[in-house]
Amino acid sequence: MTEKFISIEGISRTYPAPGGGVMTVFENLWLSMQRGEFVCIIGHSGCGKTTVLNILAGLDVPSSGTVIVDGQAIEGPSLDRAVIFQSHALLPWRTVMGNVSYAVSSKWRSWSAAEVRDHAQKFIDLVGLTGSEHKRPAELSGGMKQRVGIARALSIEPKIMLMDEPFSALDALTRGTLQDEVRRICLETGQTAFMITHDVDEAIYLADKIVLMTNGPGAVLAEVVANPLPKNRVRTEVHRHPLFYAVRNHIIDFLITRSKTFVNEVKSYDPRNVPVVTPGLPEPSLARGDAEAPARRVANHSH
Amino acid sequence: MTSSLTLRAALVSVLFLAAFLGLWHLATSVSGPAADLDPEYAKLVGATASQGTSAMPGPGPVIAKIWSHITNPFYDNGPNDKGVGIQLAYSIARVLIGYLLAVAVAIPIGFLIGMSPLMSKALDPFIQVLKPISPLAWMPLALYTIKDSNLSAIFVIFICAVWPMLINTAFGVSAVREEWLNVARTLEVGTLRRAFTIILPAAAPTILTGMRISIGIAWLVIVAAEMLVGGTGIGYFVWNEWNNLSITNVITAIFLIGLIGMVLDQLLARAARMVTFPE
Repeated sequence: MTEKFISIEGISRTYPAPGGGVMTVFENLWLSMQRGEFVCIIGHSGCGKTTVLNILAGLDVPSSGTVIVDGQAIEGPSLDRAVIFQSHALLPWRTVMGNVSYAVSSKWRSWSAAEVRDHAQKFIDLVGLTGSEHKRPAELSGGMKQRVGIARALSIEPKIMLMDEPFSALDALTRGTLQDEVRRICLETGQTAFMITHDVDEAIYLADKIVLMTNGPGAVLAEVVANPLPKNRVRTEVHRHPLFYAVRNHIIDFLITRSKTFVNEVKSYDPRNVPVVTPGLPEPSLARGDAEAPARRVANHSH
Repeated sequence: MTSSLTLRAALVSVLFLAAFLGLWHLATSVSGPAADLDPEYAKLVGATASQGTSAMPGPGPVIAKIWSHITNPFYDNGPNDKGVGIQLAYSIARVLIGYLLAVAVAIPIGFLIGMSPLMSKALDPFIQVLKPISPLAWMPLALYTIKDSNLSAIFVIFICAVWPMLINTAFGVSAVREEWLNVARTLEVGTLRRAFTIILPAAAPTILTGMRISIGIAWLVIVAAEMLVGGTGIGYFVWNEWNNLSITNVITAIFLIGLIGMVLDQLLARAARMVTFPE
């Protein structure tokens, strides 16, 4: 519980505002993740989710604060942290095999061509693209392209997977199967994953914890929703679970109203101890002091 | 559908060609009044004055001339009478040497400009001033400094071919998508490997477009440059035949210049297709 595999420590991001002064996207952000945890972050567009992910990836630097991964502060991108891009970001002049083996040969530079190919093939098989190795991205459907992106990210055997709305451009059916694949792979390999999504159902199905971010500018992490659904949940059944709608409604209520009003309403907000809530019983605000429900409200995250 | 379109287009092309040749023939076959001259004097003044025929040949003699050049392109009867194949070979050699030098200079510098905003801004005024200068304006300077007419012609080709490639390379390199660069960054790819495996293939279509524009300009400029420097080359041939008042040979040369220019352009177009990737 106290092991912090990833620790975001007081990061902020500011930009010079057009008319002078500074525009604060977010400031003093604290969050920690354990090894093997799947965390989704939800918030409206423009709240800085992608910036947080880019900072985790090392593609962007925070204006202040640090991020510590596995005991080391992030200093730029690393092969330990794989990114699955929203736009899949495949190299269009390379084949499926070429795209995956480019990543493999970047990680293991001394490997022979045969070793690289065998390793890449394993991950192409894993995402179900066997037989499409020699196709170019332009010949693939959106779902297949994103599968290549997933295979490329997994092939370097990263410590962390960072996903920026990986399925948002896909149709519902493809999205569902890819969610299954990602969940299966993450559970099997004990992968730590951080994912941005706008899809509440996706977050509930995939995530162990769902981080709710308020609207920017000046966005904060309002709550961490601990997912009360059982670990062995199945996508086709998950919406029938008795707690599903409690979680879903909690998140949607947040997105509709509280994401705007949170900063003004909650006076005792401590950015270093983002409250962890487990929906399923009365709202935490109502349950405060309610003798029947103390167990449901998990104590503040211990830092 | 496409094959029938090609077929119909070919048919229309042939019709246009026939119409053009017909008009040409009609326009050159009219002859003015023949002057009554002493036969000895008539030989001196030529056919235009003595028989009223135009010095402008009809299509028949030109086609015959082209054929005679094609069947015997490489004869060499001294400095003023070389086969058109030899002249074209000189021109192509000059263009290729100047062009390859330009490639060797423009692509690395274009990379530098495209990758470094500082260099881009710092070199921009020089490029903006140098680019619009007619390459032939460099000729006297080249002749004075290099002191060799052949090398001066090559220099003029170099200087005219360098700009489109430089500008296109810089643009292609600077326009490489951020997401592809981010892929390289997350994979910890080094600068050199990134340049060759991400930036070069991503910018290749734009670079090849610049190279195609350059070869076209180089081929335009070589004719004028060789008219100035003289000695050999298809440009010299055109000017020499003008001095001989052999319009037939001039028209033949014009036709061959167009033909070679088309071949050069098509070669680069094919190369461009090879590096173009669909998205």
